Amino acid sequence: MAAQLKSGRAAGRSRPPTWLGSGRRLRLAGTFLKIGALNELQYRVNFFLSLVQSVVAVSTALVVLALVFSHTDSLGGWSSDELLVIMGVYVLMGGLIRSVIQPNMQQLMTDVEEGTLDYILTKPEDAQLLISVRRFQIWQAVDVFVGLALVAVALVRLSDPLNVSSVLAFAVALVLGALDIYCFWLILTTGAFWVTRVDFIIELFDGMYQAGRWPVTIYPTWLRIGFTFLVPLGFAVTVPASALTGRLSGWLLLGALGFTAALMAFTRWFWRRGLKNYSGASA
Amino acid sequence: MTRTLPGLPGLYAVVMRTAVQTQFQYRTANYAFMLGMIAEPVVYLVVWSTVARSQGGAVEGITAGEFAAYYIVWTLVRNMNIVFTPYGWEERIRKGELSGMLVRPVHPIHYDLAFFAGWKVVAIVLWLPIAAVLVLIFRPTFDVNALEVGVFLIAIWGAYLIRSMLLWVLGMVTFWTTRVSALYDLYFTAELLLSGRLLPLALLPAWAATVADVLPFKYTFGYPIEVLAGDLSTAELFIGLGLQAVWIGVGALLVAVVWRFGVRRYSAVGN
Repeated sequence: MAAQLKSGRAAGRSRPPTWLGSGRRLRLAGTFLKIGALNELQYRVNFFLSLVQSVVAVSTALVVLALVFSHTDSLGGWSSDELLVIMGVYVLMGGLIRSVIQPNMQQLMTDVEEGTLDYILTKPEDAQLLISVRRFQIWQAVDVFVGLALVAVALVRLSDPLNVSSVLAFAVALVLGALDIYCFWLILTTGAFWVTRVDFIIELFDGMYQAGRWPVTIYPTWLRIGFTFLVPLGFAVTVPASALTGRLSGWLLLGALGFTAALMAFTRWFWRRGLKNYSGASA
Repeated sequence: MTRTLPGLPGLYAVVMRTAVQTQFQYRTANYAFMLGMIAEPVVYLVVWSTVARSQGGAVEGITAGEFAAYYIVWTLVRNMNIVFTPYGWEERIRKGELSGMLVRPVHPIHYDLAFFAGWKVVAIVLWLPIAAVLVLIFRPTFDVNALEVGVFLIAIWGAYLIRSMLLWVLGMVTFWTTRVSALYDLYFTAELLLSGRLLPLALLPAWAATVADVLPFKYTFGYPIEVLAGDLSTAELFIGLGLQAVWIGVGALLVAVVWRFGVRRYSAVGN
């Protein structure tokens, strides 16, 4: 096992770090996600449970929005329909987190704690890629569609003519935001290599993610900076929603791109640092 | 060194002391948990202060400083409101943990009440520095007198008892069915909107405020918070305590009745 582990690690390291560029790796990720989805498809009742949960959560959010806007016409410069766009992106991103990001990170926490990460490290493929695509809670992805529907309703109510460039910017900002959240989670989870028990960060993250329901611009400066760069809620929710409500400048999108690239590079480095600290099952 | 009291007070003393010792051991986890919980009121506070400012300083007469007071007291009341979760009942029943509790000579709710009451002691100690930081950041306006402080100290324990018993009753639904998540979701949503957890009840539309008045939720959140952060008259202070007592009575009755019937199902399902 030890020898196998060594060669596996060596093989993983000798590859060039271009794990996004390779078509083979994308295919591999696709296969993993498919297996994860098939696994979940066995439990069909969960679909209805997710749906009920989603409906209750969205109705509550709409009631809250109605309550706030029964006392004001705009919140930090956003109208109620514009805030509905934010709410939609928030729900969509939440679905993405709960279906792909969080299950994989929870699996990683367990693997680090129990030493079963060995099985990943011995495989002849980049470990970061593998730990990121192993689980797919497909029913939780209901929220992705519910979120999109909310965005669509909001756009119809806003009745501003949408142009191709803003939809494109929205899509790009959404992908960047998802990557930011993924990096944030992976950085937190990588902490498990040092402190082992990090399951409380799930609670912590859930608490903080709620703040993303509202545009980050309403928060006091220090919180806004925190919710933009430390917990990337601003990039994940507010920026994509800005693209659809005519608030996004090319510069901001470029900034989001730069931030995401830097964050991904840092995450990669931090992950490798953490991996060096991993002692395996027998330690 | 340890003095043992006879009977039920003795049980409470021992279980509470155990809880204090256990939870101080997990102080880091407890702190992380409390910090995660701070996000919720801070978000509400920011939203409503923003609204207050855009409306020329106040919403329904509530200023930004009063919102800050409301949501800072909220954080303590929320901690007092952490009780045995209804989600825990599935495990209790499925794993047979209840069997051990059944052979003891006192009603099992006493263990839960005593354990979480002990935990509150730890929570309050850990909460004090958090409250201090929040006060420095958000500059609340407080206008309290000795009577309000006294009533508050009683009301938070009243809130604790009411929520403990209501969630116990809710959890006992698991005796009949394990498909409870939708029911729990609905319950917690109603609680969120009608208790004063999400927003001061004065901001609800009139009809919803009337509904909130006849439900127990407000006596676990809104009422204790407003005792300290709001502007209640002396009569309102005492009427609130009286209604808390009524709901404690209703809760105790429900616990007794539902337990009687539910526990029969347990012996029927168990081996």
